[in-house]
Amino acid sequence: MTHPPTFADPEIAGLLRENKQRLLDDWSREVALCLRGSLEPEEIREDLAELLQAMIAAMDEGADETTTGELRALLEELSRRRARQDFRPSETATSVFAIKDVVRALLGPAPAYETLERFFGFSRFVDELALITYDSYVNAREQVIIDQAEQLLELSTPVVKLWEGVVAVPLVGTLDSARTQVVMEKMLQTLVETGSEYAVIDITGVSAVDTQVAQHLIKTVAAARLMGAECVISGIRPQIAHTIVTLGIEFSDIVTKASLADALAYALRRSGVEIVRLPEETQ
Amino acid sequence: MTTRVPILKVGHILLVSIQVDLDDQAVMALQEDLSERIVATGARGVIIDITAVEFVDSFIGRMLSTIAGISRMLDAETVVVGMQPAVAITLVELGLTLDGIRTALDLEKGMRLLSAAGTDPASGKRAEA
Repeated sequence: MTHPPTFADPEIAGLLRENKQRLLDDWSREVALCLRGSLEPEEIREDLAELLQAMIAAMDEGADETTTGELRALLEELSRRRARQDFRPSETATSVFAIKDVVRALLGPAPAYETLERFFGFSRFVDELALITYDSYVNAREQVIIDQAEQLLELSTPVVKLWEGVVAVPLVGTLDSARTQVVMEKMLQTLVETGSEYAVIDITGVSAVDTQVAQHLIKTVAAARLMGAECVISGIRPQIAHTIVTLGIEFSDIVTKASLADALAYALRRSGVEIVRLPEETQ
Repeated sequence: MTTRVPILKVGHILLVSIQVDLDDQAVMALQEDLSERIVATGARGVIIDITAVEFVDSFIGRMLSTIAGISRMLDAETVVVGMQPAVAITLVELGLTLDGIRTALDLEKGMRLLSAAGTDPASGKRAEA
């Protein structure tokens, strides 16, 4: 919902303005009740006073896009603040809904049919306002999830140095395109920074590989080769090897080793380091 | 006036360091200059240093291939050194894997690669020839 809610009824706006204090008292009490005392009454009152003022402005004569926009911004801000204070979205929405009861009480026991019609219009307006708080709550939550996913992405891709000139990237978990992309960039950057000529991508902890991920791996190896480094992929589990072959992915010119140890041994041998076991008498 | 990329001679290796963005004319001029210099000096190896190159397009990618092709015809081996990760990724995305070109992480490793391949920078004689 992008457009701000519109509802112009100067008469109800006037009614609200006249009974502002009583409204605020009743509304705050209702909201305090539904939030079960987890917020200070003064804080609730302050929030609601602001909100009521903005609602009156948005319904009054001369209401335009600025006043409705302000109301919307206020609701979004309120929802975000409540979300941070760990309130559920329904609690925030109920706070807004509570004004219906309060206004209904203002109209007396037997309002005229015309007044009731007006009240229904107002009620719809309040519904829209409550929906705004719900929407912005969801948006705020989604932002949190996106941020966390990004942090997780960076956390989960360490590049470790195994030997002078040999770095390793142990991959754990599920590989998706975004993650493979991050791994690829980080690994290539490390190759430049450390001047390493060999990189080992260890996928022992990877549960599944699809065509896209395999494509990314192949691209990473090609990019490393362009930069003057060699990539070895190690720890391909039997199921994954099976998948890769079944999918018909060409891995032929990429060096693959069964374990990280084999890959390290290969990289060392290629860079001219030989590992020998000392004769027993010298130990 | 087009920019001319300087070609430096180190032993029997020609060193081309690309520092600025090259336009088409500069690339053509470089290819011409380089082939003339290879013949004139009898160089055994060409090192193209692209450490300073941050952006590439398919044109630059093809330029590298062409230079390598020309050098090979003139019996000199080409090594591209110092490619940045972003450049490498772009080239791969473009589908240019620069087959037939040798690569090294930096100039030093590139020189070592050429000498290991038998192009001794000091004497210019091929080990196996």
